[in-house]
Amino acid sequence: MLREITLGQYYPVDSVIHKMDPRTKLFATVIYILSIFCFRGPIGFVAITAGLIAVIYLSKVPFSFMVRGLKAIVFILVFAGILNLFMTPGRELISIWKFTVTYEGAKSASLMLFRMIYLIIGTSVMTLTTTPNQLTDGLETALKPFAKIKVPVHEIAMMMSIALRFIPILVEETDKIMKAQMARGADFESGGIIKKVKSMVPLLVPLFVSAFRRANDLALAMEARCYHGGEGRTKMIPLHYEHRDKVAYVVVIVYIVLIFILRKFA
Amino acid sequence: MSFIEAKNLVHEYIMRDDEGNVEGVQVALDDMDLNVEKGQFIAVLGHNGSGKSTFAKHLNALLVPSEGTLFVDGMDTRDESKTFDIRQKAGMVFQNPDNQIIASVVQEDVGFGPENIGVESDEIWTRVENSLKAVGMWKYREHSPNKLSGGQKQRVAIAGVMAMEPECIVLDEPTAMLDPDGRKEVLEAIHKLNKEKGVTIILITHYMEEVVDADYVYVMDQGKVVMEGTPTGVFSQVETLKEYRLDVPQITLLAYELKQQGVPLRDGILTREEFVQEMDRICR
Amino acid sequence: MSLILDNVSYVYSQGNAYEKKALDGINLKIEDGEFIGIIGHTGSGKSTLIQHLNGLLKATDGKIYFDGEDIYDKDYELRDLRMQVGMVFQYPEHQLFDETVFKDVCFGPRNQGLPEKDVQLRGYEALKNVGLNEKYFDVSPFELSGGQKRRAAIAGVIAMKPRVLILDEPTAGLDPRGKDEILDMIAANHQRYGNTVILVSHSMEDVAKYVDRIIVMDDGKIKYDDEPREVFKYYKELEKIGLAAPQVTYLMNDLRENGYPVSTDVTTVDEAKSAILKLFKIQT
Repeated sequence: MLREITLGQYYPVDSVIHKMDPRTKLFATVIYILSIFCFRGPIGFVAITAGLIAVIYLSKVPFSFMVRGLKAIVFILVFAGILNLFMTPGRELISIWKFTVTYEGAKSASLMLFRMIYLIIGTSVMTLTTTPNQLTDGLETALKPFAKIKVPVHEIAMMMSIALRFIPILVEETDKIMKAQMARGADFESGGIIKKVKSMVPLLVPLFVSAFRRANDLALAMEARCYHGGEGRTKMIPLHYEHRDKVAYVVVIVYIVLIFILRKFA
Repeated sequence: MSFIEAKNLVHEYIMRDDEGNVEGVQVALDDMDLNVEKGQFIAVLGHNGSGKSTFAKHLNALLVPSEGTLFVDGMDTRDESKTFDIRQKAGMVFQNPDNQIIASVVQEDVGFGPENIGVESDEIWTRVENSLKAVGMWKYREHSPNKLSGGQKQRVAIAGVMAMEPECIVLDEPTAMLDPDGRKEVLEAIHKLNKEKGVTIILITHYMEEVVDADYVYVMDQGKVVMEGTPTGVFSQVETLKEYRLDVPQITLLAYELKQQGVPLRDGILTREEFVQEMDRICR
Repeated sequence: MSLILDNVSYVYSQGNAYEKKALDGINLKIEDGEFIGIIGHTGSGKSTLIQHLNGLLKATDGKIYFDGEDIYDKDYELRDLRMQVGMVFQYPEHQLFDETVFKDVCFGPRNQGLPEKDVQLRGYEALKNVGLNEKYFDVSPFELSGGQKRRAAIAGVIAMKPRVLILDEPTAGLDPRGKDEILDMIAANHQRYGNTVILVSHSMEDVAKYVDRIIVMDDGKIKYDDEPREVFKYYKELEKIGLAAPQVTYLMNDLRENGYPVSTDVTTVDEAKSAILKLFKIQT
């Protein structure tokens, strides 16, 4: 179950999207996220969907792979959906026993689900087509102006890239410890909320211990390879824009204008 | 002066209680002397807790002597201005393959070291290619480390060190977490680097089979060098090794036990070939 | 009283690109009181196999019977099965979590729902059986040395008094003496309680020395299932699937090829010793 999390996984194929400069992809992703929060009307929805499908197609990453990221948050989706569905006051749509579904509730629930799902898929496109190192390189360069006001941009970027590398390892580790404790009769499923929280202790303590041990080891290994912060560091893959990036920027700008116009007329 | 020279090397870990007061001192290295010449393949044996890992960290200036001195290629490890030069000269490979790979793509990880020491981009690529080819991992350059076997991960780690063009590689139990295949891969890789590129190898281990082909062996116990010599010399002292919680290869043990029973085999037989030769010598 | 696997198959990630058949039609019968070794290279399916034996993985096809009961029956309590079939994972010390060693060892028996007195008795007995000194019972498990942690973790499973004890590479990463101590301890407990022990190992030497029956896994199938001397006769076939025979078995074959009339039916140092001594007509 835990292995299903695709966050931070890179899918190595050769595509236009893969080759693009990470800054271009970051910019496009930010615009995309903004667009799913401020679009209006069904035509706007169609435009966003079309854009997303086009990018997924170009990325050559199987669609099933992107959707897998959703599985991990199905619970949250359902929970938030139900909450929205029943808790929003307004005109009555249907009423079942004590619960009333309002017209507004149905609308806000479906809008919320759409946003969450599109958010996950959209950001998956980004992480699946960009190696974590490129991603953090992109972030580091994009955030460089903030370094002037003493924001530790390089350190943040490095931490992110390490976090991304270790997420799958820690996920696997969680799985292993969980199994080991289950073999000792631990029960992670039954019981009330307090019992459940308590039953997590045998899982969480070893997990933290292991995370600290790994962090310690990794720090040593980095030091041994002469790591000493961002100063004087060169880049294996220096970032520079190619022709395709310029095209991509033009496409993104057209997209912004389109969403804006559709918003006006919706 | 030898390439690596440890003289009266002492390392003390200071134990503190919760308030930061000194509770006690644990001596991890106790008056240790050791020399390594350029191009040698050295093995350091010792049980868990014998101080061999602490020693490894000294070679890379990750730790500095509490007393005594350690010189790496003429540089004093206590001299902070030389720290990065030392780390570049004597690269280090650790035990856990997962905890020393930083990047999520093989080639980017190999480039991490050169990036840190400010090598130009083009040159980094050349080095990455050469190092990955040297350990036979070039075709995996675009893979995620998570999808590799333990032996492959360790070879990536070795390539990561090679890309810094060191003269010496220190490997701290690099095979302890690997299966037999992985162990073989890693040993073949380091022997190849030693022979073909003349890289000095310091292999820290407790697997006796890995030591058989070393030029010289040191055995550590309680922070001291307690035995040293050629593999044949060291392995002929079966009882002493057992005292130090170590073992000998099965063939050596068999020859030793036969000798105890009166079969006139020589001491320190390490391989099957040697054993058969000895049998031929005494029987024909 | 036995574990029976009837045509068990297991497919990972069924239905997508990563689909992999990890077990392929396994038929197996494990009787009470056996000491079994499972060998196979990484990815041969041995880890997947043992996780089926206590219901941590559910076969995609086939049936498993414990004491004649189908463990996939909807009324069957898998938690009860896990109490009967204890599992010591690789690097079991990574699962230690409680404040003291003793409390940690009592975790399993407490989950079994035993009265508090029995829980503590079990914990005490288990810690004694793994040979951990009493002075460590009340310290934090994180303060123990590597070998001691391993013992404490194994005690945590033994304390549940499982009728079948499965150990996945219980000696990984330990030094030679530590390794022997753990295996001797497991063998002694097997002698004392007559429980079934299943040992997964990469070391042919260890397997040959301790177990009565070897199961060789390859590509999700059982390749050989017999007593050690029979299995290691196929050492050439074993090499093809990334395994080997113990070194002494090779030696005896070498000697035989060189014209010495020795038995090649040898898997341990002791057996080799008496075989060669016979050659010299020396009685042990």
